[in-house]
Amino acid sequence: MAETTFGNATQVLEPFRGIKKVTLEEYFTSGHRTCQGCESALVMKLMVKAAGPRTIVLGSTGCMYVANTTYYTTPWVVPWMHTQLGSSGSAALGTAAGLKALMRKGKMKAEPINVIAFCGDGGGADMGLGAISATLTHKEYNSLILLYDNESYANTDIQLSGMTPYGAHTTFSPPGKVHRLIHKRWKKNVAGLMAAGHPECRYVATVCASYAVEMMNKVRRALTIGGPTFIHSLDPCPKGWDYDPMLSHELGELAIETGIFPLYEVEDGVVKYYGKTKAIVEGRPRKPVRDYLLKQGRFAHFTEEDLAYFQEKVDQQWEQWEIPGVVPFRKLDAAQAALNVK
Amino acid sequence: MATVTTTKAASEDKELLISGSEAVAESLTLADIDVVTAYPIRPYDTVMQAIAKKIANGQLVAEYIVAEGEHSQFEIVKHASTVGARVFCGSSGVGWMYAMECLVVTPPLRVPMVCLVGNRALDDPGAFGVEHNDALVVRDLGWMLCWIDTSQEALDTTLIAYRVAEDRRIFLPLAISADGAFLTHSQAITMVPPKEKVDRFLPRYDRGDLLLHPDNPITVAPQANEDWVIEIRRQNDEAMKRAVGVIEEAYADFRRIFGRGPENPWFEEYMADDAEVILIGMGTISLPIKVAIREMRAKGKKVGLIRLRWFRPFPFERLVKALSGAKAIGVIDRDYSFGSPFHSGVVANEIRASLYNADKRPPLLSFICGLGGREVTLEDVNKAVDMCDAAARSGKSDAKTHWLGVRE
Ligand SMILES: Cc1ncc(C[n+]2csc(CCOP(=O)(O)OP(=O)(O)O)c2C)c(N)n1
Ligand code: SF4
Ligand SMILES: [Mg+2]
Repeated sequence: MAETTFGNATQVLEPFRGIKKVTLEEYFTSGHRTCQGCESALVMKLMVKAAGPRTIVLGSTGCMYVANTTYYTTPWVVPWMHTQLGSSGSAALGTAAGLKALMRKGKMKAEPINVIAFCGDGGGADMGLGAISATLTHKEYNSLILLYDNESYANTDIQLSGMTPYGAHTTFSPPGKVHRLIHKRWKKNVAGLMAAGHPECRYVATVCASYAVEMMNKVRRALTIGGPTFIHSLDPCPKGWDYDPMLSHELGELAIETGIFPLYEVEDGVVKYYGKTKAIVEGRPRKPVRDYLLKQGRFAHFTEEDLAYFQEKVDQQWEQWEIPGVVPFRKLDAAQAALNVK
Repeated sequence: MATVTTTKAASEDKELLISGSEAVAESLTLADIDVVTAYPIRPYDTVMQAIAKKIANGQLVAEYIVAEGEHSQFEIVKHASTVGARVFCGSSGVGWMYAMECLVVTPPLRVPMVCLVGNRALDDPGAFGVEHNDALVVRDLGWMLCWIDTSQEALDTTLIAYRVAEDRRIFLPLAISADGAFLTHSQAITMVPPKEKVDRFLPRYDRGDLLLHPDNPITVAPQANEDWVIEIRRQNDEAMKRAVGVIEEAYADFRRIFGRGPENPWFEEYMADDAEVILIGMGTISLPIKVAIREMRAKGKKVGLIRLRWFRPFPFERLVKALSGAKAIGVIDRDYSFGSPFHSGVVANEIRASLYNADKRPPLLSFICGLGGREVTLEDVNKAVDMCDAAARSGKSDAKTHWLGVRE
């Protein structure tokens, strides 16, 4: 069959200029069974609201599948399909490639269709990292991979993942009489990893649904720029983090204000901080991490020493990283200072 | 006698000297596949090399994606198929195993993926040679499975595979097994039909109301649990049962349009009509067996071969009919099933089970041979036939499984 020229056209999705300009239509509606205060469910709703009706969503196993998408009560108004736990990258790539093949061979009406694959932190940053990485190198296929990070394997009863914060109590890291902290690994820097490692991925962003309009606008940017893109969303999870569901929004804000989770986008290789993170970069003091940690039962066993260690690691990410909060290579002076100490 | 007819050797066909893998690639071009994913592992990867050339030369227009592992390789085509693309994939040995999770989900998703398995021993220890355990691992999961023997059969079966898998009554994945090296890499003269004939035989893939598209906003594979899973399994079972009729239809149409192909899709019968001893095997093992049979026939010994083409659906009724006249049956497995009944290979036990309800159950002997790509020799075959002869005389099955051509 003859090849026709077929570009990488994307939909035109202008940013929402304020909450009152946000469209009213919902594409993720009733039917889901997530916990009260589940921020990830809100992320799903905002994500497809931003994307609009000409969208296909693929979801990897996790709370946003199991608790979200039950036969006969699916909340998805747009076409939706499950993918395997580690397959969000392949789901995005395969769906985009299938559409592209059919459109360029004239077997399907040509039109830009958004392809979004979401994954949890376990599915995305642990198991599915390789597949996401591969997809981010395929610049001829348009897709967005959105990692909703509730900082644990939540669906299977809150087990630690490579994205669980240092020291947190999970069902695989219970504080005990001899070992107070079972989980001593520092969380992966997944957005920075994606941005730094995939030079042809044009857009990587971090988002938090506490800032809903900005979050939706990042989704819109990711879907319009072309090629594969990646968004990392930090989602407070009342069950896994052990707090009163009414605090979800506030904990999201605190994660930003303490500098633990920086908000930024990397577009065509240029890092741009936004929201309260921008203010921090410009000099506004960060709130102490204890304000955030001690609101959550998963850190209830922390001692002053643990809190100090956590604070020091977050300070480092702002004071010593080459690109604060984004790329963990040390600034030259910080590296030399560390050498001098030795 | 062999039932392959060569009548009407269609004059429009091109004659090419190609390997089994290259023959599959010819069919993929004729079938105008849309998305294909590759990952290197010997011996199946020769098909991807052939496809890459076709794409590079503009003979085939398809999305050609080199994945970062077999898990992704199979997931990518799975998803491409749900939006309506005709897809192809494949693997060998441990590569097929690496994709296992994805192989499990394709049948219940009703994804008519067609694959080539270049049969290869499973590591460890490292071995490139043929064993059938890789493909057989999906035998209970809703994959249709067949074994081929020649380049021509590779080409023809690939076209038939799409026709069967993409039939709306079926919508199940299908793996074509080709013995590593013996078929994937061996060249033979192969007739390549013109596209016009293929278009008459193979309709476009139409996913219908299962298409994942904004115009058809369905939810695919929601969490079902005990509410629905057993009904979904039952539907898979019904599809596999329907495959029997659909496969027969497809072969009949193939013969009508292309003027070649077997009357009996399920197995090749070689001098089996009047045979007292019938050997059974899959794939290229047929070659040494046929040579041995010809020698024995010259000496007046009535030996025949049934070479199984289709393993899923398993043609148990037809096999029982074909076997009922034999005085002894010898099943030669190029696979193993440790701890299974009689410690036999997989095929032997499928045939034992098939015969259970039969009025006439000839004595059955089970052999394991040619593992890891070891050559199956005439001596191995003669030994098997001698043992079968003894069983024919005594009228008794032998509860042991005999390993042939193995150092003891
Ligand atoms: C291959 C595989 N291993 C394990 C599981 C079990 N499992 C189901 S959901 C889940 C948790 C996934 O965690 P994450 O991706 O963070 O999503 P969350 O549940 O937190 O939303 C796991 C481990 C699975 N479905 N598949
Ligand atoms: S466990 Fe957490 S992520 Fe899962 S549904 Fe509950 S709140 Fe949401
Ligand atoms: Mg999680």
